[in-house]
Amino acid sequence: MIGIIDYGMGNIFSVRKALERMEVPYFVSGLRDELKEADGYLLPGVGAFRDAMQNLHAAGLADFIKDEAAAGKPLLGICLGMQLLFDESEENGRTKGLGLLKGKVLRIPEGKLKVPHMGWNQLQVHNGSFLLEDLEKQYAYFVHSYYVKAEEQETVLASAGYGVDVPAVVGRGNVFGTQFHPEKSSAAGLAILKRFSEKVKEGSE
Amino acid sequence: MITKRIIPCLDVKEGRVVKGVQFVELRDAGDPVELAKFYDEEGADELVFLDISASHEGRKTMIEVVEQTAAELAIPFTVGGGINSLEDMKAILRAGADKVSVNTAALLNPHLISEGALYFGSQCIVTAIDAKYDEALGSYRVYTHGGRKPTEWKAVDWAKEAVKRGTGEILLTSMDQDGAKNGFELELTRQISEAVSVPVIASGGAGNADHFYDAFTEGKADAALAASIFHYKETSVKEVKDRLKGRGVNIR
Repeated sequence: MIGIIDYGMGNIFSVRKALERMEVPYFVSGLRDELKEADGYLLPGVGAFRDAMQNLHAAGLADFIKDEAAAGKPLLGICLGMQLLFDESEENGRTKGLGLLKGKVLRIPEGKLKVPHMGWNQLQVHNGSFLLEDLEKQYAYFVHSYYVKAEEQETVLASAGYGVDVPAVVGRGNVFGTQFHPEKSSAAGLAILKRFSEKVKEGSE
Repeated sequence: MITKRIIPCLDVKEGRVVKGVQFVELRDAGDPVELAKFYDEEGADELVFLDISASHEGRKTMIEVVEQTAAELAIPFTVGGGINSLEDMKAILRAGADKVSVNTAALLNPHLISEGALYFGSQCIVTAIDAKYDEALGSYRVYTHGGRKPTEWKAVDWAKEAVKRGTGEILLTSMDQDGAKNGFELELTRQISEAVSVPVIASGGAGNADHFYDAFTEGKADAALAASIFHYKETSVKEVKDRLKGRGVNIR
């Protein structure tokens, strides 16, 4: 069973519906005691990094997520949820993240390219992962103005080119993230959600 | 590199798609959800629903349509038409739309853009601009109320103002070209695309695949929207995309 972590940031309607279409069992909660029952977690998120971290801390969820990740439960951060997995962000001043992966969240450099990075971009797969099998050169839907500068290149499982190399799928051990919205990324995105769900299911057996 | 987007637009009235849609193979060509799925399968990059309901009941029905569409669709979609307040935006976005588009209400009260962008993030707020060339102005003039009322704004100035206030995207319709099917208004599109830092969706005038090519190259648009040529099957999303790929445009 997947637990979708609800901390008041962003729209989880679409991701819920995508899981329902794939018949993946899930529940939504913002309470540690309830979430604890899950076999794996989705950390969604749209909005500002600082607000998101404040909300997570206020609900006691920041430490909870770190503990659960350390205990080996699969975790998938989506969009802002992926950025929160890293050490810190420069969005609206410096804010500390969850620190589960090494790196910083920076503003996409303005220049010839428009910010936000909005639209369909092609995935370049760097490190083989069960999440990305057969997805080389597939497209995903991105909407974001900040990107992750990962410290450990091996955690960047796939990237997309947008002036800078934008990490698109990250992961180490049982902690994963997608910068794009898998639930809005047609076949490729749904495949990633499905594979993550299967990983959660395997862990529960 | 990011791809150029092809966006079919559906007019929805009291929960039904109107303005001539010819899809014999669909069970119900007036059902927004079925049409949305059809375009998704054809390779549409995004969809726009324009709610043209006149009644309060029609607006409520639209929320149900948005919910059903969001439940079935794995591509982003925008809802516009009659969005007057932050409450309207909330209702549409909570029902599962990815973006809302504002037009007349934003011109009457530009603060609506700032409010929406602050609350939901810029990426959720699209500003739709209807513009028409104006000899006296020597430029393109912005209109409200579905093109019925002229404003004092030049299109390029209003686009910049909307971006300053936090809009994440501009949906630019040429009233001169709309429905004429002889191509997008390239000069207008290029002016706006060059003036703002957010993506610009060209709209109005699509008649064939090559018109999209012109919008992306000469017009420098990031996306292009069309309605009737897709609904009447004069061409298809797939055909347009194949043609663009053949001409070297970066397309999904």
